[in-house]
Amino acid sequence: MKFKGNAWKFGSDIDTDRIIPARYLNTSDPKELAKHCMEDEDASFASKVRPGDIIVADKNFGCGSSREHAPIAIKASGIACVIAKSFARIFYRNSFNMGLPILESEEAFGSIDAGDVIEVDMDTGEIVNATKNLRFKARAIPPFMQELINSGGLMEAIKKKGAV
Amino acid sequence: MRPMTITEKILARHAGLKEVTPGELINAKVDIALGNDITAPIAINEFRKSGAKKVFNRNKVILVPDHFTPNKDIKSAAQCKVLRDFAIEQKLTHYYEGGTVGVEHALLPEKGIVVPGDLVIGADSHTCTYGALGAFSTGVGSTDLAAVMVTGELWFKVPESIKFVFTGKLRKWVSGKDLILHLIGDIGVDGALYKAMEFTGRPIEALSMDSRMSMCNMAIEAGAKSGIIAPDKVTKAYVDKRAERPYKFYSSDEDAVYCEVREYDCNAIEPKVACPHLPENTKNVGELKNITIDQVVIGSCTNGRIEDLAVAAKILKGRKTAKYVRLIIIPATPHIYNEAMKKGYFDIFLKAGAVISPPTCGPCLGGHMGILAAGERAVATTNRNFVGRMGDVKSEVFLANPAVAAASAIKGRIAHPDEVMK
Ligand code: SF4
Repeated sequence: MKFKGNAWKFGSDIDTDRIIPARYLNTSDPKELAKHCMEDEDASFASKVRPGDIIVADKNFGCGSSREHAPIAIKASGIACVIAKSFARIFYRNSFNMGLPILESEEAFGSIDAGDVIEVDMDTGEIVNATKNLRFKARAIPPFMQELINSGGLMEAIKKKGAV
Repeated sequence: MRPMTITEKILARHAGLKEVTPGELINAKVDIALGNDITAPIAINEFRKSGAKKVFNRNKVILVPDHFTPNKDIKSAAQCKVLRDFAIEQKLTHYYEGGTVGVEHALLPEKGIVVPGDLVIGADSHTCTYGALGAFSTGVGSTDLAAVMVTGELWFKVPESIKFVFTGKLRKWVSGKDLILHLIGDIGVDGALYKAMEFTGRPIEALSMDSRMSMCNMAIEAGAKSGIIAPDKVTKAYVDKRAERPYKFYSSDEDAVYCEVREYDCNAIEPKVACPHLPENTKNVGELKNITIDQVVIGSCTNGRIEDLAVAAKILKGRKTAKYVRLIIIPATPHIYNEAMKKGYFDIFLKAGAVISPPTCGPCLGGHMGILAAGERAVATTNRNFVGRMGDVKSEVFLANPAVAAASAIKGRIAHPDEVMK
């Protein structure tokens, strides 16, 4: 999987209430959720984000609630991939389970500015800042998680195993 | 065999292994799987899409619509109906609504659904609460819940454990809530990322189950996978009255390996307040001068239990909330509600000018029953003070224990309980 898009930059400890505020959780419709994605952090996000764009965030992205609505909203908003210094545990798990590509890189965050053109190769973990001509290598994805992605998420992996 | 922590032992047992090592990926059997009105609809949808017809065990899948209930609007009602229809269709033993529903993490231990030694997953981040019973319990997402509903199993990465050793004695008005706020203030909101937190020491052994639950409840606020307290006679007294299944006590081997050991002297810990907008922004309540407030919320899965209402009642007895302060008290379960009523707390609360809400998550997550307007400030006994958590993005939440919350309601500003209880 390869992606290319413009960077949206966010700070540290972006919690799931900022990714999708609880007041919109009376639905789980991805299109509805996408309309309010990142609303309390940047009210213009939902209207300005373009398909293929990439979120670049500081440490502990997705902390707080277990709501899968957070990765769902991000994915439905058109974001192709999230790069962060680190992810909160449940968000990390959810992203793999439901198929939102994410990568951890300490270095990428500091060297990417909002709007930079970023290329990501999920298979190699390579991140290229095309605007600044810089390259980074993301932390390797454990083979088990890679398998989840290749199967198309947790439920597909279960079906493959014949557990249903 | 390698020495193991309590967490490693429970995981090994449920994975059918003699031993496990941190970092190892395991597939483990799940004793209890929980979903609520926000997370379960997605899980039920995934369950149906998978083609599965029956949940793995109708006694072990628990549905608790507690967030937007009593249904606050049409959309919430539709979400809750998804749970209701599924519970009826699958003949789930544990489905609660109306006058039987309470905040999930207060309800499950109270009903004896979760017992010591269990492996519990919940599509709710505060599922870590049950560590207080000596269970391994952790929050997961809706897809994880769907997978467990189908197979009864789930993948886990065995976490490293951090041991937190408490010494000394708790000061007056200090509870489990203050210990965990102090700790999060020390290590930060990602200070225990991916790790299991083990709370030990004399002061922990001296804590009530209610206080232990508020501590483990907030392990997630340090980024942890779980929080746990070794079960003891306090645990036994609590579960013997309730457990609906046999339970098992596990404890860490003396030479178990921890990635970190941290010590805290309780003699030096005062009642704490976590300032906006992160639980790590903790201060001693005495450091916060003249912070006026508009609302106080006493409730939630962190501090909506009987001990919490008792301390609030003690402080509010014969006193009134300050003018222009809304005090909202939310007993976490119908049982707690009834207890509080029988003990006469409702008279005290009503005379003080409080609103008593039915058991619900309500304002804790900015759902309903007490939402803040722009510019408003609240003291809450809940667990999160993120931007917009209780309402408008320009509102503020200060987290505290119920004694501080009650004292603040009386003073109309953040106040130390000693200021009221001279
Ligand atoms: S009371 Fe608050 S933190 Fe607890 S389960 Fe409900 S919304 Fe979540």
